[in-house]
Amino acid sequence: MEASQKPDEKLRYLLSGNEAVALGCREAGVHLGAGYPGTPSTEILETIAKMVPEMYVQWSPNEKVGLEVAAGAAFSGARALSTQKHVGLNVAADPLMTLSYTGIEGGLLIVTADDPELHSSQNEQDNRHYARFAKLPMIEPSDSQEAKDFIAAGMDISEEFDTPVLYRMTTRISHSKGIVKAGEIQKHEIGGFKKNPLKYVMVPGHARTRHVFVEERMDKLRAFAETSPLNRIEWGDRKIGVISAGAAYVQAREKLPEASFLKLGISYPLPLEKVREFARGVEQLIVIEELDPFIEEQLGTAGIDCEGKSITGLLGELTPGRLGRGLKREGLLESSTEIAESAEVIPRPPVLCPGCPHRGVFFELKKQRGNVFGDIGCYTLGALPPLNAMDTCLDMGASISNAIGASKVSDGKKPVFATIGDGTFLHSGMTGLLDAVYNKANITVIILDNRITAMTGGQEHPSTGHTLMGEEAFDVDLEGIVRALGVTHVENPINDDLESVRAAIEAAEKHEGVSVIIAEAPCALMPFKIKDPPYTIVEDACTGCRLCLQTGCPSISLTGSMTAEGRQRAVIDTETCTGCGLCPQTCGDHAITLLNAEVTA
Amino acid sequence: MSEITNLLIVGVGGQGVILASAILAQAAMETGHDTKQSEVHGMSQRGGTVSSHVRFGEKVWSPMVPEGETQVMLAFERAEALRAAHLLAPGGVAIVNRQSIIPPIASGKKFAYPEDPIGDLRRRVEQVIEIDALEECRKLGNEKMVSVLLLGALSAQLDFDGAIWEKVIRSRVPKGTEGGNLAAFANGAELATAAVAAR
Repeated sequence: MEASQKPDEKLRYLLSGNEAVALGCREAGVHLGAGYPGTPSTEILETIAKMVPEMYVQWSPNEKVGLEVAAGAAFSGARALSTQKHVGLNVAADPLMTLSYTGIEGGLLIVTADDPELHSSQNEQDNRHYARFAKLPMIEPSDSQEAKDFIAAGMDISEEFDTPVLYRMTTRISHSKGIVKAGEIQKHEIGGFKKNPLKYVMVPGHARTRHVFVEERMDKLRAFAETSPLNRIEWGDRKIGVISAGAAYVQAREKLPEASFLKLGISYPLPLEKVREFARGVEQLIVIEELDPFIEEQLGTAGIDCEGKSITGLLGELTPGRLGRGLKREGLLESSTEIAESAEVIPRPPVLCPGCPHRGVFFELKKQRGNVFGDIGCYTLGALPPLNAMDTCLDMGASISNAIGASKVSDGKKPVFATIGDGTFLHSGMTGLLDAVYNKANITVIILDNRITAMTGGQEHPSTGHTLMGEEAFDVDLEGIVRALGVTHVENPINDDLESVRAAIEAAEKHEGVSVIIAEAPCALMPFKIKDPPYTIVEDACTGCRLCLQTGCPSISLTGSMTAEGRQRAVIDTETCTGCGLCPQTCGDHAITLLNAEVTA
Repeated sequence: MSEITNLLIVGVGGQGVILASAILAQAAMETGHDTKQSEVHGMSQRGGTVSSHVRFGEKVWSPMVPEGETQVMLAFERAEALRAAHLLAPGGVAIVNRQSIIPPIASGKKFAYPEDPIGDLRRRVEQVIEIDALEECRKLGNEKMVSVLLLGALSAQLDFDGAIWEKVIRSRVPKGTEGGNLAAFANGAELATAAVAAR
């Protein structure tokens, strides 16, 4: 540390966990951050870009690239941050596993933002397992104050032990706000890259010696975890002793205010001696943790008796209700608040927005009766009724690769489509498309190009023309990439013209081999909210046929008057209608017209 | 257990639930309370349900309001009020905006939007305060202040200082709309107070 700036004691902020991580990076003198957007991690780098001008941050095309960028900075003696959601770390797992061997020069924190309850994800994997798998320490904050404070602590651990440090957030930590007191701002010089092939060139001969280092480092980290202030015992009543970490800790503290706690800020490696000391001091030891029995099983292996998953279960977020019921069931809590049955209320699943440029593509694609391999983004919502236009969603980039496999074993009766967004295509769709051309698959790939990373809230990427820090950037040409990969049949329909979309799909589908449709039109929300003159339904002309409803547009509802035949008429909400002009093309009765046209008529 | 005030704000993506809860949590903090606020908004921009928990008191551990312990619920939409009604504590207050936002799924045959969600709510909750926020905002000349007007209705249930509300609202609403929003806030507080007095 070169110099430090004393904090203003009075400064207190109400910050989300993600905002607190950004402030923590500022205070810890972090130089670089790189990552790929993914709920619930996205706001970390966004906040840094806005609020920490002394740091360099960037969106990378995917998490693997992001982690490698951060590692390159850390190799060069800078303090670096890598961010992603839990499934993003799967993409970055390749560099992760060997980074454990190389270690670093400047501190490296790798944020994994897990999503128990799958608020916005395709699975709820518990990324604490990555710590044990990669033999890396893992830090878990329990609130916004810790989310900030543990960044500097994590950087120190990283540099002291020559190790990347995993930093696990969960949705409830990332997106909850709490009061944060500002701390000291450290300054760190960038040491520069020092050549050290035995450490950084991971060929077998070198890596074998680094594996020895990794195991020795684990021993040192175990010893460190025993005395680190990040792991603390809070003695209370000795009847129940609770071991907990992360979001689960604050839930447990609230439900069992009298109990004794071993609060783990370092959730891997476990301080087993401290656990034994704690266990000796209490009558009954319980582990309160979300998702998998990560701590409980390690205690079991160490021969330490405890209860855990019998209380908390394996599924979803550990809400106050779930924890309360589990504690009561096991006789650890006398009463938990009895709640009334919830009312049966119509569900409100997410839908494609009014004016979404993907809607017309799905509307026409459904009519082709093909098998449609899907991908991850806003357009995944095209799988939901009434569009029902997508048949799979596995992981980022899987659409094209899945389609190749399906086409190779297809009986040829149904066309095979892949639908993928522009961001996802750049993330990990390009290699799939190369594979499709190289291995002569007979598929049609539809790139739903809305020129933004929409689902996570409108982040920049290499075809948006701007960087995370707001600089103008090279705007990649998707058609150029597609053609360079060897695709010869490319269609460019006009998204809000159904005939044009239909013609493009039919022509592409007839093409033997790989064809690509680039359906380009800007997102209706970002970067600019599109609001053209709205449409309306002429009451007398509407026969209640419901065809317009097949677009799944949230601005259209079946709330109008009755026809003579007793069919309910549709109504357009002119406040939310963006005037995209799709629904008039579905209306056989020509009852849908511009609102202003009706007024003047 | 220490005294914690548990508030819940529910609605549909785009209605301003997030803005209202941000102002509320900031006002609680500036009043001197330990404050936590938590929301789930991953897909809210796509027309889904949004709910935000705000808790304050001397020491708040969990950012989530325990089920059945919400003292005041502010619902921006009628069906969402009904969906969250079971989270209210016995004797809890529900402040409900009269607006209905009918999800597209209601156009299918499987699900129907409730015919009388506020009636259903009243059968479950004793203290219901209805506000027609959109209509009230129209009277004030700006439909975009629904969120702050409803927050004003909620403020009548709390004892925060008026000056703190004003300071926080001024810092959070778009420039040029401060006066209008403060008027909407005051209007919401008056409507809620009158509704309680009338009962």
